[in-house]
Amino acid sequence: MDEDDLLEAEATTDSDRRAELMLGALVCLVVALLLGMFAFVIYQAWPSFSHNGLSWFGGGGNVDSEIQAMFNSGASLARPVYAFHGWPLIWGSILLVGGAVTIAFVCSLFVAVFVVEFAPDPLRRVLEPVIRLLASVPSVIYGLVGVFVLVPFIGNHVISSGSKASVSGIITLNGYSLLAGVLILTVMIAPVMVAVFSDGLRAVPKGWIEASLGLGINKWRTVWKIGVRAARPTLIAGTVLATARALGEAVMVGMVCGVVSFAPNPVDGWIFFVEPTRPLAATIIAFIDDLSSPPMRHTLYAIAAVLLLSAALLSFGGWAAKQPMKRYGLRT
Amino acid sequence: MSAIELPVPGPAPGARIRPPESPPWRLRDRLGLGLAWLLGLLFCAVAVAIVLYFLVQGIKYVRPELFVTNPSVNASTSVATGGFLDPLLGTLLVTALAMSIALPVGIAVAVWLSEYGRPAALARIAESSIEMIAGTPSIVLALFGVLLFESPALGFLSRMSGGVVYGRSFFAGAAMLSLVGLPLVVTNVRAGLQAIPNHVREASYALGKTKIATTRRVLLPAARPSVLTGAMLGAGRVIGDTAIIVVLLGGTLTFNSAGSVPLLSTLQGTGATLTYYVFYNAPTGEGNQPGKAYAAAFVLLAIVLALNVGVDVATRRSRRLRWSS
Amino acid sequence: MEFMKPPPIRRLTGSETVAPSHDRQPVAAPPNGHGAANGNGAATAFVGAQRRRVAASSLAIDRMQVEELSVAYGRKLAVDSVSLTIRQGEVLALIGPSGCGKTTLLRSLNRLTELNQDVTLKGRITLDEADIAKLDPTALRRRVTMVFQQPNPFPMSVFDNIAYVLREQAARRPKRGALRGAVRDALSRAGLLDELPDLDHPALKLSGGQQQRLCIARALAANPEVLLLDEPCSALDPQSTQVIEDLIVKLREDVAVVIVTHNLQQAYRVADCAGFMYLGELVEYGGATQLFRAPRQQRTKEYVRGEFG
Repeated sequence: MDEDDLLEAEATTDSDRRAELMLGALVCLVVALLLGMFAFVIYQAWPSFSHNGLSWFGGGGNVDSEIQAMFNSGASLARPVYAFHGWPLIWGSILLVGGAVTIAFVCSLFVAVFVVEFAPDPLRRVLEPVIRLLASVPSVIYGLVGVFVLVPFIGNHVISSGSKASVSGIITLNGYSLLAGVLILTVMIAPVMVAVFSDGLRAVPKGWIEASLGLGINKWRTVWKIGVRAARPTLIAGTVLATARALGEAVMVGMVCGVVSFAPNPVDGWIFFVEPTRPLAATIIAFIDDLSSPPMRHTLYAIAAVLLLSAALLSFGGWAAKQPMKRYGLRT
Repeated sequence: MSAIELPVPGPAPGARIRPPESPPWRLRDRLGLGLAWLLGLLFCAVAVAIVLYFLVQGIKYVRPELFVTNPSVNASTSVATGGFLDPLLGTLLVTALAMSIALPVGIAVAVWLSEYGRPAALARIAESSIEMIAGTPSIVLALFGVLLFESPALGFLSRMSGGVVYGRSFFAGAAMLSLVGLPLVVTNVRAGLQAIPNHVREASYALGKTKIATTRRVLLPAARPSVLTGAMLGAGRVIGDTAIIVVLLGGTLTFNSAGSVPLLSTLQGTGATLTYYVFYNAPTGEGNQPGKAYAAAFVLLAIVLALNVGVDVATRRSRRLRWSS
Repeated sequence: MEFMKPPPIRRLTGSETVAPSHDRQPVAAPPNGHGAANGNGAATAFVGAQRRRVAASSLAIDRMQVEELSVAYGRKLAVDSVSLTIRQGEVLALIGPSGCGKTTLLRSLNRLTELNQDVTLKGRITLDEADIAKLDPTALRRRVTMVFQQPNPFPMSVFDNIAYVLREQAARRPKRGALRGAVRDALSRAGLLDELPDLDHPALKLSGGQQQRLCIARALAANPEVLLLDEPCSALDPQSTQVIEDLIVKLREDVAVVIVTHNLQQAYRVADCAGFMYLGELVEYGGATQLFRAPRQQRTKEYVRGEFG
């Protein structure tokens, strides 16, 4: 090779190296942004945690009045009030997200099995695009359905006037309730789960299904024991995805769950299901206009930090749950 | 060499004794199948009900003048009249801006992950980061956006008055929304790039092309359907997000620009999107005008439907251009 | 074992056409120089490896009867009026070039063709004199099980692979201890028991030959009356192939075995009965020795001599 060729070879390697560095720098920027988010949010949240300690997560106070006190004190920075007991919010989130994900998981699994294996062809051809459409519908629209259809229905037909009277001193049962929230959240995350589960079921190698059928196992058990089992990593991924979305859903839940930060009490019996509540994310939205007052600000960021860390834990949990499956050859 | 051996007597015909067996379809299996059918049809019913509900309500309330008039709040009666022109434009503006950030960055990250990926630790961290961003609640992204855009360093991206940065603007909203759309772009483009078999790359390198030239001229054009899918899915998520809009867009129902520079001031100013408009006009919002909410929801649904049809068309085309049979 | 002679140099005469060589299996060694030369100089005898064991079929019991079976996928006729008998105590080999319909015929024996949407069947297949079209397909497939070309053990441990079949077929869910005996029995029938470190070894970590033997053990655990093998050794190395062929020959006293194979040598080694199929038709059917050494039909002669396929 003469000198010109060598220079050209160097130049191309140079441009490649430059490209790699630039792209790598961009990737580092994105990672740094994520880390920065963690850092900034926790930094802003810290005063609220440090003032309350672990009782931040405990109960015993009325969240709304605490927030009111914070707001009132915020104007005068002399004595900011940080007292906060977030248990009603956490409990509300647990109930809402837990309930919705449980119901949605069971239903979505059966629906996914139906769509992939047992639905007649014309029905399947219609269902698949519909599922994808429903999975991409904005959540406010589900919120509208909840507010216009579910809430009046629950308020007028499900709750008896006797129940309303019995708790009228403490809260109003008017249909904005835990039940409405769980139902509408289920309707929102179910299509997402069905879409992910169906993809997973379709990706199961056909050889396994054929082998099982060829051994004299009926189709239902084949799909259930072999197909669903082989798709377990996808089931986990879909559940983690849906739970994260349910946890972070602020606007829609705020529309149907009520304006009181109340912790529904199972001891109340059937009324438990129709008590209003306000989970973590919805609380942030409700008080978002008061960000200027420092104690409010720190408290809201503290709630956001709890949400962020929960999402991180969920992600990690999903990854950890998939690890044992690698041993037997499932593609995770 | 063949040899004839005495045949071994076998069992009598049909005399195979089988231990007590379960019937091929047990009751449990039939119940399971029945439940799958039941839930499947129930799902269909709910889907049809929702679609029909919005169709009916939308037709009732959508009127052409809604598309061309602006919302205007009557101070005395505090009832908003007018249509949703500005919110509609706001949706399009914020989505275009957000995707114009998410798409290039997403493609770059996907290319790096798929074609380079050294050192391996950084690649794993990057993958986890993208997954983490995808799983972060949008309300948290919104609050992070507040922190970012209220800082003086980024004050030029929103209004400033008397040294206090307002922090709410189209720039702020779009920037955070781009994070919402980013993971979808990355995932889809990466999958598209990985589906291209290696011999295509090898052929290009053998001709003396650099990796970056190969990527730009050969691989990305080949992965165009995945790029389109990622872009449209990302746009779908961006359009549907309300939390970031409520927090970062300022909550004014019309465009409220921050100056007189044509596009730039609008982006520095505040406004609304269709999702915010729906939220505002819902019974739980301040406006409380169900008819307007239905109309806007109908338009939103139509946009999302159009996007979905676009995704379907793009994937069908990609299936026709498969690399291997 | 006699050495296989290299294939002869093809010489085009007026009536012959060169057929493309088969790209999956070694072409059966056509004879050259052995046996009496006939008029045009090509040999007539088929020389293959030594047969593993030959037993007369006189006490074989008829298990399945295929009567004038025709299978069509849409408009394309895959199997055309085939009739043959499957007997316990015998290994039936279906040979023929690719696309001749032997896999379709095999799959119709346990109604796996029904998984395809646009398939039409004509004719009758009976199992122990009962028309299989009238049986429940799942029940049928318990009695007529199948092993596929690509080993496909489930993503579980070896124990669970076999226990899966046993659990699904038992009347009440048997305990793990009760299953151990049956699992070990199935594994020892397949000759796999000694090679495994323990029963909980992940099945997908076995070698290809071991996986295929596991699939055979799994099929045997279902206690079938007929075992169908669809080119079981085509994805395996010669060592594993030998082990599996020994296994097949051992099994035939308990189950009727039908094996589809591209490999003429393999068919000669294990079969008692053979059927040569070409373009959907059963060209010739009879005892293996006779079909390979003295085929009656011209097409069979040409195929067995390696002139096409």
